[in-house]
Amino acid sequence: MSKHQLDYLDELEAEAIYILREVAGQFERPALLFSGGKDSITLVRLAEKAFRPGKFPFPLVHIDTGHNFIETIEYRDNMVKRLGEKLIVGNVQDSIDQGKVVEQKGKNASRNALQTVTLLDTIAEHKFDACIGGARRDEEKARAKERIFSVRDEFGQWDPKRQRPELWNIYNGKIHKGENVRVFPISNWTELDVWNYIRREKMELPSIYFAHERDCITRGGQLMAASPFLNMDEEDVIERRNVRFRTVGDMTCTAAVESYAYEIDDIIDEISASKISERGARMDDKVSEAAMEDRKKGGYF
Amino acid sequence: MEILKFITAGSVDDGKSTLIGRLLYDSESILLDQLEALHSSNRKNDDGTIDLAILTDGLKAEREQGITIDVAYKYFQTEKRKFIIADTPGHTQYTRNMVTGASNANLAIILIDARKGVIEQTIRHSFLVSLLGLPKVVVCVNKMDMVDFSEEVYNDIVKNYQALAVKVGLKNVVFIPVSALKGDNIVNKSTNINWYHGKSLLDYLETVEINIDDTIAHARFPVQWVVRPQTDELHDYRGYAGRISSGSFRVNDKVTVLPSGFSSTVSKIEVFDKEPEEAFAGMSVTVHLKDNIDISRGDILVNTDYQPQLSQVIEADLCWMDTRALDTSHTYFIQHNSKVTRCRIQEVLHKVNINTLEKEYDEDFKLNDIGRIIIKTADPLAFDPYQVNKANGGAIIIDSRTNVTVGALMLRAVAD
Ligand SMILES: Nc1nc2c(ncn2[C@@H]2O[C@H](COP(=O)(O)OP(=O)(O)O)[C@@H](O)[C@H]2O)c(=O)[nH]1
Ligand SMILES: [Mg+2]
Repeated sequence: MSKHQLDYLDELEAEAIYILREVAGQFERPALLFSGGKDSITLVRLAEKAFRPGKFPFPLVHIDTGHNFIETIEYRDNMVKRLGEKLIVGNVQDSIDQGKVVEQKGKNASRNALQTVTLLDTIAEHKFDACIGGARRDEEKARAKERIFSVRDEFGQWDPKRQRPELWNIYNGKIHKGENVRVFPISNWTELDVWNYIRREKMELPSIYFAHERDCITRGGQLMAASPFLNMDEEDVIERRNVRFRTVGDMTCTAAVESYAYEIDDIIDEISASKISERGARMDDKVSEAAMEDRKKGGYF
Repeated sequence: MEILKFITAGSVDDGKSTLIGRLLYDSESILLDQLEALHSSNRKNDDGTIDLAILTDGLKAEREQGITIDVAYKYFQTEKRKFIIADTPGHTQYTRNMVTGASNANLAIILIDARKGVIEQTIRHSFLVSLLGLPKVVVCVNKMDMVDFSEEVYNDIVKNYQALAVKVGLKNVVFIPVSALKGDNIVNKSTNINWYHGKSLLDYLETVEINIDDTIAHARFPVQWVVRPQTDELHDYRGYAGRISSGSFRVNDKVTVLPSGFSSTVSKIEVFDKEPEEAFAGMSVTVHLKDNIDISRGDILVNTDYQPQLSQVIEADLCWMDTRALDTSHTYFIQHNSKVTRCRIQEVLHKVNINTLEKEYDEDFKLNDIGRIIIKTADPLAFDPYQVNKANGGAIIIDSRTNVTVGALMLRAVAD
C-alpha cells in the first residue's frame, strides 16, 4: 500500500497538472498570466509536464508595468525562447499613453494598481475566457477564500459572497459571454512547497531571488531597491546592502530582505526559519486589512 | 510526508474559527507579521485577549459580522504531517460552502458547544459528512471551560452523539473534550480535564490513519486532453492525458473505453520524461494504447475485467445548492469527471428532514435540501456508486440559464 501513496510534492504537482488540463479541455481561449515570479515560473514548468511533447494550448501573457527588474525581463525572454511558446505583452505604458490610467504622484507612487486596467484590456482584446494565475491561498486572507476556478464578471470583478460551489475535483468552467475565469492551479501550495519544488526540478530563477549587493533605501521600515522608478527626495539615503527579493513585482513596491542566501538550499533554510510571510514584504498589502480583497474585487490578479 | 485535509463543521459560534486559530497559534504556525496584525486588530474577545478567529475570517463582511461566510483554507505543517484546513461556515444558508469544503477532505472535525449539546446543525453536518463519505470523524466537545470541565456534561453529549452517529451511518467516531479559547486539549493536553486520557486534537490529527487505500478500487482513468504534437518527428504520437481517479494501470493491461465500449491494451505510460511500468490513483499521466481508436475528452478508460455501470437513468442522492428551486421540467447540465452532458431530474423519490432524519415526500427541492432522485442524462455515464468509489461517483448539476453549479450528486445505481 505504501508504494501507492504519493509524496506531498507529487500530489500537489499531479493536482496542478490536472487543473491545467481542465483549462485546456474546457476553454476556447485560455492564457497563462506570467509575471516572472517564482510562482508563475512554477506554472510554466507544470504546463510543460501537462502538455509536452505537444505545444501549450495557451499563450503566456505578461502585464509589463515598465517598472520591472531588468533581471525579470531578461529571464522572461530567455525562457520564451527556450520553450518556443507564444508571449503576449500588455504594456501599462500604453494604458497611460492612451489616457486610460493616470500615473500616480508623490513619494509612494507605484504602477502596481494601474496594471489591473491593462490586464482587463488585454483580456478583452484577445477575448481570453480563462486566465491561469499563480496565486496561492496561503499568501493572504482574501486569497484563502478563492476557488480554483474563480469566475469574474464582465467588469473583471470577483464577488466573494457569491462564489460557485466547487465540489471534489469537478471544476465548472461554464460562463456567459464577456465573463472569464481565473484559474489557480497552485492554490494549495505554500511558499515553502514552491521552493522545494523548484529545488527538486532544478529550475532556474531570475537572479534577484538570490542574495546580491544592491543600492537600497529604507522606507516605512522596509528596504527598497533604489531605481529611477522610485520617486526619491533628500530624505532618502542610498546604502549598499546585501539583499534578495522574496517576491518579484514592481521595483516600486517590492521590498528586499537582508540576506546572504546565495543558493537555493540557503533560501529554503532561510524561509523555514523566517517568521515573516512573503506578502509582508509587499507595501501594497499594508494599506488596510482588506487591501487585497478590494483589489481582487476590482479585477486584480 | 503525507497531506491530511480536514474541515471544521458545527453550528455558528461553536468555535470553529477559534479552534483553527488555536491550532495554528499553539503549533507556532503563525508568522510574525500576521501575529502583529492580529494584535493590532480592534476585534478582541470580551476579556481583551486576541480573537483567534480573525485568522480565518478573511472577508470584510465576515470580520464586520463576526461570522464565517465562505470556506477559508489554511495551511500548516508539523514534523509529522502537512495539513490543509477548510474552515467552513456554520449558518444553514451557507451549507453549500460547507459542502464545497467537505467534498475534498479526508477528515471532519465536528464541534459541539458543551452548553448546547447536539443541536440541529450538528445533525445536518453529520448527515452531510456521512453522505459525502468522509472517512474519519472526530467530535470536539468545545467550551468545556464554560461547563466547569464537567465529565458528566461531556459523557452525556458523547452518548447523544453516538446515537446520532448510528442513525446517519458514521462509524468509528472519536471524541475529545476541548476549550478552543483557552487551549485545552488542542495542541497540549489539558490539566483542567484530568479525567480524559485520550490524545490532544493535534496529536490525533498527526497520527490518525488516512492511508485509505484508493488503489483497491478498480482502475478508472477519465481522459482530459489528447496530446497530439503533429510535428514531423512525432507524427503518430497520440497520448491520452488525465489523472487516474482510482486503482492502478500497468503496461499491457487490457482496457475498455467507455461509453464507446472499444477495448485495447496499454502500450506505454508517460509521466513527463519518465515511462513507469505502473501508475496509480492520484497521478497525472499520459496513456498510450496499442490500437488506434477514437477517444476524446469525456471518455473514460477502465480495466476491462472490472467495468463500471453504464446508464442514462441513474438513482442518486442530491444536495441542492441554489436559491432557485429544482425544476423537474428544466434541462440542466451534468458534469461527471471530464464529461458534460444534458440532463433532467426525472423524479424526486424523497427528501430527508434534517431535524428528524425522516423521509419526506414533497416535490419541492429548495436551497440546502437533501434527498434522493432519479436523473436522466442525454449521454450515458460510466459511473461507480459513490459510497463504493467516491472518485467515480460524484457529479454536479449546472443550471444552463445561469451557468452556476446548483446541485451535488452522489450517484448510487442504475435505475430501471
Ligand atoms: N469560553 C469559550 N469561548 C469560546 C471557545 N471557543 C470559542 N469561543 C467563543 O465563541 C465565539 C464564537 O467563536 P468562533 O470561533 O467565531 O465560532 P464559529 O462561528 O464556529 O467560527 C467567540 O466569541 C469565541 O471567542 C471556548 O472554548 N470557550
Ligand atoms: Mg467561523
